[in-house]
Amino acid sequence: MNAVEAMPWPRLARIYAMDAGYEFLRVLRTPGAALPMLVFPGMFYLLFGVVFAGRNAQQAVYVLGSMAAFGVMSPGLFGFGIGVAVDRERGLLMLKRALPVPPAAYLLAKMVMALLFALLIFVILALLAVVLGGVRLAPLQWLGLLGAMGLGVLPFCAIGLLIGSRASAQAAPALANLIYLPMSFLSGLWVPMNAMPHLLQQIAPLWPAWYLGELSLRAVGMARAPAWPPIAALLLFTAVFFALAVRRLRRSG
Amino acid sequence: MTRNASTSATDASVAPPLAVLHAVRKTYGAQRALDGVDLRLARGQLLALLGPNGAGKSTAIALLLGLIRAEAGTVELFGADPQTLAPRRRIGVMLQNGALPDTLRVGELLRMTANYYPRPRALAECADLAGIGDVLQRPYGKLSGGQQRRVQFALALCGRPEMLFLDEPTVGMDIAARERLWATLRALLGEGCAILLTTHYLEEAEALADCVVVLARGRVLAAGSVEELRACSAGTRIRCRSALGVDTLRAWPGVQSCECAAGVLTLSVREPEPVLRRLLAEDATLSALEVRRAGLSEAFTELTREAA
Repeated sequence: MNAVEAMPWPRLARIYAMDAGYEFLRVLRTPGAALPMLVFPGMFYLLFGVVFAGRNAQQAVYVLGSMAAFGVMSPGLFGFGIGVAVDRERGLLMLKRALPVPPAAYLLAKMVMALLFALLIFVILALLAVVLGGVRLAPLQWLGLLGAMGLGVLPFCAIGLLIGSRASAQAAPALANLIYLPMSFLSGLWVPMNAMPHLLQQIAPLWPAWYLGELSLRAVGMARAPAWPPIAALLLFTAVFFALAVRRLRRSG
Repeated sequence: MTRNASTSATDASVAPPLAVLHAVRKTYGAQRALDGVDLRLARGQLLALLGPNGAGKSTAIALLLGLIRAEAGTVELFGADPQTLAPRRRIGVMLQNGALPDTLRVGELLRMTANYYPRPRALAECADLAGIGDVLQRPYGKLSGGQQRRVQFALALCGRPEMLFLDEPTVGMDIAARERLWATLRALLGEGCAILLTTHYLEEAEALADCVVVLARGRVLAAGSVEELRACSAGTRIRCRSALGVDTLRAWPGVQSCECAAGVLTLSVREPEPVLRRLLAEDATLSALEVRRAGLSEAFTELTREAA
């Protein structure tokens, strides 16, 4: 038995692709966990962007921006938060570390799933906004919104990973919700920021979701500020939470 | 019998060892999980790692798999650091609680795992070796405990490993499945695969192991072949009904101990033949004679009792 040669990159790429494929199958076969993530943003859009908005065209656009931000928080928070906690507790994560799996394959598979969900949420929201909300955006604006959503997935994947690296499988859903709902409210995704108490406006820059909201509202033309500060903030949050989570996972498996 | 790690059985091979722990120390908080442990495993060898719960067996395996780092000592897998990918492409792993995704089918799990290895075994061959050909289409979560264990065994084999790590592989298996797994392991050993096995079933170690290492409280209590370990227990047990008194027998040369319970004498002797000759000569009424060599389980009990 001679030494094993290093794997050529197409074989490595096949590992990443197949792991992502099977992650997709896992999600597809447990629709109960995935469906709420797709249904809620659309449902709230119907409520606040269509029914309550009436003839107010501005509101139909504004709610599109804020629900887009609200929607892409969940695939990362829940997909990673619950998924990693369960895999960690049941020992799958340890097995993957013992097997010759490139360390990033597991995380990348879950991240691709979160991005796929973001895309689906975008499609659902866009359809509702155009057909029922009467929203008309320029192609570049749609593209900007999709980009904001894609980027916005990342910090919440990292936060989800941090939850999954620490919480038990039982505690993870509660913890994810405890972050999801208050943060989306405090970040002005439910009530516009300028209608919030002064104190809450002042602490808003603490929340990753606030930057995401700024970015998606800017994409749909509801905010004027430059795009780079929220982009930088979202990337920074991603890096910090990711580093914390990986450090934790390295130590405990 | 030698009570240190470097016995004839462990360094018999001339070839470089596939897996090495040398003077390894690992602590969890205040608890010493491993304290100066040496292990080495060569091609075609099965090493059984025995010890009571908390002895450090799982820690030793976790070190060799690169799951944790040692504080001191050397850990090598195929001459490399097990935390890198290359040596792990040459091993197969069956952990104690490595639960797999319930919703994936057995065939899918096999394909996914085989994909991690450079030269995987064909799916049908793995299924055949592990005896799971009939459940390939079923979701993992719907299988019985024994079937799940066999699927995990198939996953351990699928990369054509040169070395197998099996952490209590037969827990939850029925007798037929266990014998089948043993037969597969013997065949793999014959092909030159090395196997590191932990088990609570001493007959499993007795049936398969070239070399046994007994751990307790993070130290190697004994290491050697099954024969060598057996010898460290008082060689042979003789049981009989006899008119001879316990005290008389205790004074005989070659008798290590003698107990009497419900009229039946139990003698522990190193060499049974001289004692037996004298017993039969001195007591014509002797009855219900039974002679049995001490097994690994007696040796294990004695060894770990001394350590406690």
